[in-house]
Amino acid sequence: MTPPRIAIIDYGRGNLRSVQKGFGKVGYEARVTRDPDVIADATHVVLPGVGAFADCMANLEDFGLIGPIHSTVESGKPFLGICVGMQLLFTEGEEFGTHKGLDILPGRVVAFPQGMTVGEGEHVERLKVPHMGWNRLHVTRQSPLFRDIHEGEWCYFVHSYHAVPEDLSVVAATSQYGVLFTASVWNDNVVATQFHPEKSDKAGLSMLKAFAEWQC
Amino acid sequence: MLARRIIPCLDVKDGRVVKGVSFVDLVDAGDPVQIAAAYDEAGADEVTFLDIAASHEGRDTILDVVRHTAEQVFIPLTVGGGVREVADIRRLLQAGADKVGINTAAVENPEFVREASRAFGSQCIVVAVDAKRRNPENPADGWEVYTHGGRKARGIDAIEWVQRMEAMGAGEILLTSMDQDGQKTGYDNALNRAASNVLSIPLIASGGVGELSHLYDGLVDGAADAVLAASIFHFGTFTIAETKEYLAGRGVRVRT
Repeated sequence: MTPPRIAIIDYGRGNLRSVQKGFGKVGYEARVTRDPDVIADATHVVLPGVGAFADCMANLEDFGLIGPIHSTVESGKPFLGICVGMQLLFTEGEEFGTHKGLDILPGRVVAFPQGMTVGEGEHVERLKVPHMGWNRLHVTRQSPLFRDIHEGEWCYFVHSYHAVPEDLSVVAATSQYGVLFTASVWNDNVVATQFHPEKSDKAGLSMLKAFAEWQC
Repeated sequence: MLARRIIPCLDVKDGRVVKGVSFVDLVDAGDPVQIAAAYDEAGADEVTFLDIAASHEGRDTILDVVRHTAEQVFIPLTVGGGVREVADIRRLLQAGADKVGINTAAVENPEFVREASRAFGSQCIVVAVDAKRRNPENPADGWEVYTHGGRKARGIDAIEWVQRMEAMGAGEILLTSMDQDGQKTGYDNALNRAASNVLSIPLIASGGVGELSHLYDGLVDGAADAVLAASIFHFGTFTIAETKEYLAGRGVRVRT
C-alpha cells in the first residue's frame, strides 16, 4: 500500500503542529500547507481550527482556500474537520453574529445555553462555558474514525459553540454537557470531530491512525 | 458529563525539572520531556510546565523542551513563566504548547490579556493569579493579588481581578494561594469558592496539596474545575491512578 499523502490546511489558525505530530506518532507523515496544489494532490485532507467561526472563515477566504476545500470534498477523498474545522462545515454559525459557513453539511452552529446547571438542591452545579476538558463519547454510528474506539471513550473538548445538523443521520457521536450535543459527524467521505483527537491521548491517536488508513 | 481534571505541574529551570521526580523509574529523573510523557502514560489529564528560568538563555531552552514534549505527549500542555509579550506566546504555541499562562504581565498591563486572547483565542490563554489573604484568620477580609513569586503586593482584590481577567478574554484562571503554597495542609477553598462563584470560565486550584482529600476538597468545597499539584505526584506519595480511584470513590467524575 502506498503511504497516504495527508495535507493539513494551514490558514493561520490553531495549533497545526500538534495534529501533524499526532499523525507522526502513529506512523504517518502529514504536511502543513496552504498551497492549493498540495491540497489537490493529497489523498487525505484535514481542516483543523481554533478561534472564532467568522475569523476562521475570513482567513480561509483570504488565503483562497474555500474553493480547494469544496473541490476536495467533491473529489470524494477522506476529509477530516477538527473543532472549529467541524463547525465550519455547516451552513452558518452564530458566534458574534450570524456568519456563513462552508455549507457542506446543512445545519447551524449555536452557543451552549446560558446558565446551565446539573444536579438538584444542595448539589446543584453551575456549568461553565467554554466546555473545556475530558468528556465521554456516545457513539451512534460506527464512523471510519471510530474503527478502534469503544462506547464511552474520553475525549478532550474546548468549545463554547456546537453544531446542530439539519439531517440527524450524519451524527456519529454525541456527548452530554447540560444539553446533548453533536460530538462527531460522518457523511460519505467527510468525517469531523468537535473534540481534539490530537489532544485526546491514545483514543485520539487511534482516530488519526484510522483516518490515515481510511480509503473511501 | 465533563470530568474534573488532575494536572501535575513541573517547575522547569534551564531545561531541567527542579528537584526532579521519583514517582517512576526514569533514565533521567530531571528531564521534563520524560517526566511529562510518564505523566501522560500514568493518566494525567493535562501537564503544566512553569518556567522559572532567570535568563534569556533559559527561556530559549523551554522552547526546546516544549518542542520535544509535543512530539510525545498528546494531552494538553500549558506553559507559564516569563510570558510578557505576544511574541512569547506565539513562540510557545508554535513550539507545541496548547495553552500559555500569563501572570505578572497581566497585572502590569491588563490589555495584554485582551490582545493575547484576540490574537490566539481565549482557549489558549490561562491567567495565573497568586493571591494572599489580607487577614490569615478571616477570609471575609478578602485576598490581594501578588506578583514576582509572591513577593510583591499589588493592591488589587483577587476576586475582582479574576472577574476582570475573564472579561479581558482569559480562557481559564489558575489560582494559587500564597498562604497555602508549600504548606501541604490543603488549598484555600474559601478563596477557590469565592473565585469560582464569580467566574463562568474554568478555575484551576493550586497551592497546598499534601493529601488526596485536599484534591477532593478543592473540587467540592472549592468548586474548582481542575486541580493542580506538584510534590504529591513528583515524589510518588500518590500516583495519578490512585488519585483518580480515590476521587471516583467519593463520587467525583474523573477520566479513567
